[in-house]
Amino acid sequence: MATMAQAVRMALHYGETHLGVTDVFGEDVGPPLGGVFTATQGLKTAWNSPLDERGIIGTAIGLALAGQRPVAEIQFGDYIFNTIDLLKLAGNTCWSSMGQYNLPMVVTTIVGAGIHGSIYHSHSFESMAAHIPGWKIVLPSRPIDAYGLMISALKDNNPTLYMYPKALIRVKGKDLIPGEPADERELKKMIDAPPGPTLYDIIDVRSRWEPRWPEGLTDYQVPIGKARIHREGADISVITYARHVFMAEKAAEILKAENGIDVEIIDLRTLYPWDRETVFNSVRKTGRCLVLNEDTPVCNFGEHIFRTIVDECFYELTAKPRVLAGADVPGVGLHPAYEEASIPQVNDIVRELRGICGEAP
Amino acid sequence: MDKELKVKILDLMIEARCMEERMVKMSKSTDGFFWLGGVGEEAFNVPLGLLAKKGHGLDYDYFHFHYRNGATMIALGMDPADELRQMHNRITDPFSGGRNFCNHYVRKDWNVVPVTSTIQTQCSVAPGTARAQKRHGGDGITIVTFGDAGTAEGDFHVGLNWSTLPKWELPLLWICTNNAYGISTPYNEVHGQEHIANIAAGYGIPTKVINGNDVEESYNALKEAMDYCRTERKPYYLEAMVSRLHGHSSSSGANRVPDGSEADPLHLWIDRLVKEGVIDGDYFEKKYTEHTEHMKDKLAEVRKEPAPTAADVFKHIYAEA
Repeated sequence: MATMAQAVRMALHYGETHLGVTDVFGEDVGPPLGGVFTATQGLKTAWNSPLDERGIIGTAIGLALAGQRPVAEIQFGDYIFNTIDLLKLAGNTCWSSMGQYNLPMVVTTIVGAGIHGSIYHSHSFESMAAHIPGWKIVLPSRPIDAYGLMISALKDNNPTLYMYPKALIRVKGKDLIPGEPADERELKKMIDAPPGPTLYDIIDVRSRWEPRWPEGLTDYQVPIGKARIHREGADISVITYARHVFMAEKAAEILKAENGIDVEIIDLRTLYPWDRETVFNSVRKTGRCLVLNEDTPVCNFGEHIFRTIVDECFYELTAKPRVLAGADVPGVGLHPAYEEASIPQVNDIVRELRGICGEAP
Repeated sequence: MDKELKVKILDLMIEARCMEERMVKMSKSTDGFFWLGGVGEEAFNVPLGLLAKKGHGLDYDYFHFHYRNGATMIALGMDPADELRQMHNRITDPFSGGRNFCNHYVRKDWNVVPVTSTIQTQCSVAPGTARAQKRHGGDGITIVTFGDAGTAEGDFHVGLNWSTLPKWELPLLWICTNNAYGISTPYNEVHGQEHIANIAAGYGIPTKVINGNDVEESYNALKEAMDYCRTERKPYYLEAMVSRLHGHSSSSGANRVPDGSEADPLHLWIDRLVKEGVIDGDYFEKKYTEHTEHMKDKLAEVRKEPAPTAADVFKHIYAEA
């Protein structure tokens, strides 16, 4: 099965051949590297930009104003912070011009911890991003969703922030993407650029390399704004996304085995506009909920979900809902002890879930 | 420059001046809030509008203006009533439906992309439209305007860099109208360069510094600069030294500066045309009175137009599918 990097790559290929994508660009996005996470290898519209995030976002806005359909990559979410006023401009362009101009642009960036990325390769950005109205914001956890959400983002006429979790970028999926060859070794041979021991080898080998794209790729879409029930359960709902979908799954298995507690997990997939209906239905069913993510806790995006759940489902709750987020510290430190103390771990999730389920109705 | 063009430029300068003066008055009454504009830049801004290639799409010029280009918009053919609608924040304001300050134009059918209050971000955005035009071919160019103070922002350097990438030199005309102030801070207090043009020259861009208070010098320099961008498909930097006759904005009073403290390009042009015998001595008074009355009448009409409602605030957050 394809990894998330391969899924994004295939979706972008479909975009540039079927959906009018004109530019896929950013630092090291073009050949020979095709992105530091390989998500843009072999794309015919991919090009390398200067090492300049403001220029990347500004140029994407300009291209979109001129009727192009750009996809701009910020290499790490940690480096998107210096573009926030440009992101605000992109978000208000349609509104402030009374609908005259809209920006069909996608900004991709990789976020979160989990690869020992230290202080500046571990940031989350969703809480900041959610403060910038006018954007749509997605954050898939599985390759198949990564493909389907990218197709939806490429078709959308509004600016879309497409984040994906670092820790899951090389994780293989469990579902075949429509058109993907069943043999993953075959897929690798077809679309992964050949490696080389040094950059000079890579440049040399890849100057003669062309991908063979799977022919049956489709416009399989995951609608923006639609969450997914990752695991059905009756006793408590975990509202989460990205890497913590799978950490919650591990916690759910422990709770099932040790306590007989049946955990439901909602993978939001889209953070804005988020799927209120699926979340409320789940919480109304179980009466208990934990909102879970790894961003820092003050003005955390999960607090917004939490508040909305309290507003909408208060009388159907049987226990106090909670938010489990990252630690209130300036960064994710390099040593695993730092990272584990900063980012909710499986045992933290188990503890929270037991706490909520232990409350008498 | 023939007589007809000289008078046409004069008429547009007067019309733009009267529009701005009306808006300054509106800002001091109940007819409007904050004012900022380009009084004193007409000798440069009118030729800019007349020489540009106006239309929609990549074959025409893209405009990334700052908020001092009212005279350019007039020269492009804007009805000044539209600017009064924005100043009076009516729902009929065709640029922003009463959402934005005056002189924040947006006209998609003329490739006028949204003017933003964020200083110099237009310099990071302009390479995008210029890159699309470079790829498209033709002779359409991207024009970006800004003041001297904003060039201290990183976005200015971002744009210069992105317009000079190898194989991707962009058809992008950089225009600095240098009025020697950033609100109240004098140029020579915060800039070490004799001219901002020196920075652009460092990127290998051809540059020219001109007297932007002189209509003919502005017209000729703009023509040369535009011709270069259109045919060479490369960037050009033009710095026009201009006056600022009503301060920065409402924040510095919006009152006219004392007579004699700054040259008035409109009166320089009138004096010249009278001397050349192109217009009579009373031409200006007649036209000025006529346009002043005209703006008053237009405002009277605009006042009757509907205001936005609370429900309008939720419109156009996203593009329609």
